[in-house]
Amino acid sequence: MGFVFYLISAFAVGGALAAVLLKNLVHAALALTIAFFGLALLFLRLDAQFAGFAQILVYVGAVAILVVFAILLTRGSEIPKEGVFSKGWIAGLAISAAVFAVLAWAVLQAAPWLPNEAATPALTVNDIGNALMSRYVLPLEIIAVLLTAALLGAVIVAMHEKEKTNQ
Amino acid sequence: MIERLDQIFVLLKHWLVGYLPASWQIPVGVVISVACIVGLYPALFAITTVLERKGVGRIQNRLGPNRVGPYGILQPMADGIKSLTKEDIVPTSADAVVHFLAPIILVVTVFMGFAVLPMGRNMVLVDMDAGLLFYFAMGASTELSVFMAGWSSRNKYSLLGAMRGVAQMISYEVALLLSSVVIVMMAGSLSLVKIVEAQNHYTWGLPHWYIFTPWGFAGFLMYAIAGTAETNRSPFDLPEGESELVAGYHTEYSGFKFALFFLGEYVAMFSISGLGSTLFLGGWMAPLAVLQFVPSWIWFFGKLFVSVDVVIWMRGTLPRLRQDQLMNFAWKFVLPMCLLNLFVAGLWRFMGDGWLRWAVCSVILILAYVSIGREGMRRKHFGPRSYRYAE
Repeated sequence: MGFVFYLISAFAVGGALAAVLLKNLVHAALALTIAFFGLALLFLRLDAQFAGFAQILVYVGAVAILVVFAILLTRGSEIPKEGVFSKGWIAGLAISAAVFAVLAWAVLQAAPWLPNEAATPALTVNDIGNALMSRYVLPLEIIAVLLTAALLGAVIVAMHEKEKTNQ
Repeated sequence: MIERLDQIFVLLKHWLVGYLPASWQIPVGVVISVACIVGLYPALFAITTVLERKGVGRIQNRLGPNRVGPYGILQPMADGIKSLTKEDIVPTSADAVVHFLAPIILVVTVFMGFAVLPMGRNMVLVDMDAGLLFYFAMGASTELSVFMAGWSSRNKYSLLGAMRGVAQMISYEVALLLSSVVIVMMAGSLSLVKIVEAQNHYTWGLPHWYIFTPWGFAGFLMYAIAGTAETNRSPFDLPEGESELVAGYHTEYSGFKFALFFLGEYVAMFSISGLGSTLFLGGWMAPLAVLQFVPSWIWFFGKLFVSVDVVIWMRGTLPRLRQDQLMNFAWKFVLPMCLLNLFVAGLWRFMGDGWLRWAVCSVILILAYVSIGREGMRRKHFGPRSYRYAE
């Protein structure tokens, strides 16, 4: 693991920590964006170009903007009076430690079967496209139906509000 | 001789880098290329500001700037000195860190887009497999800086301008991506170098640019509309319109930060024009087979110049679109036309060579354009004005 990996991880972990610890909500959202960027850089370091750029396009370009708009439209930008930590933080700590333990066990179990760093597989966007159209076409269609349903739901929710204000 | 002129910048770089030991050559080569890009496009920006002010001035029947040099050519120097020496005012209630970072992020992400544009034969900074995706990923990051600028100023007009700007940029980004996907589909690769290579044939002296096909022409029109809207240029410049919102999301910026926003907007315009000419107009290809002796980088920058001229022309001619008209246009006209364009491109591919596919595809696209246009106009009942008051 080289110096670049530690630098990118510092970026990602620092952004995630700041997203949890900062008081100002918009600052926290922007720190989350930095964490997303860090993840995208990790993907790029593993030579997964499509995954890295799609991460930036989707997470930074859409999800971060969505989070920020949601903060703006719901008056969440005022600083909370009671502080940012909830009262049941010990239970939260226990649950997140348990989840971390399960994930770490799963990764370390699979570690002997991972290929070593020298032999990176050459996965081009061409291969991803072929796989999506031949082997994974059913998940692709299901996701398309899901996204259409989400879009219709958003339009219906927005339309109802307009009719209520007109009455 | 012709090839040496064509590759003159590449040869210059290799000669400069050849003086160094072997392990230093690649990093210094990259630094030289980046320095060229970072030096060239702001210089072009300076020339474009004069061109725009003179051009829009002549369209509006007045002279543009004409005091500073002969015909106002040295106006960018005066602008540069002014923006460097103006006082940098930050409002006290503004969020200082975010306020500082917003123009920086805009300029950085806009310049990153140039890394994948092929500016001549063998003249691309990074030849990535997923080059087009990288370009759009950087474009998506620009929206974040617009929002940061508007929100951190603690100013209602800035916030309104920022929200309108981000909404507009998101809507037209879908159209931009879809009109580029048609090109990716027909060229078979996301790499911009391969897209230009796929267009690099001539039939009877005429080039195989994608704009000369029905789906390419419709795609180019959609791309041009979406590109103009992405960079907030007229007629889509409501987020920064002077008579509407003071100056939109960059109201509270003065001095060099405002100059950075200005620079970012114009360099984004160059970037999108460059991508448009790579995707649709053949990048660095010559327009006629006989003209191939002219170096490739001259053609690329020539096409860039013509695109920028057309954008300036549109600014001087067309009135500004209102926000709801803008959004309606994006979702109800441009997006359906882009989807239909995808379908027509597929039809073209599977119909085989011949005049029939030209006729069928053109008829489908023209019918769709006329019917969607008429449908859009018919719904507009221009009745008496109605007022809605805020409760």
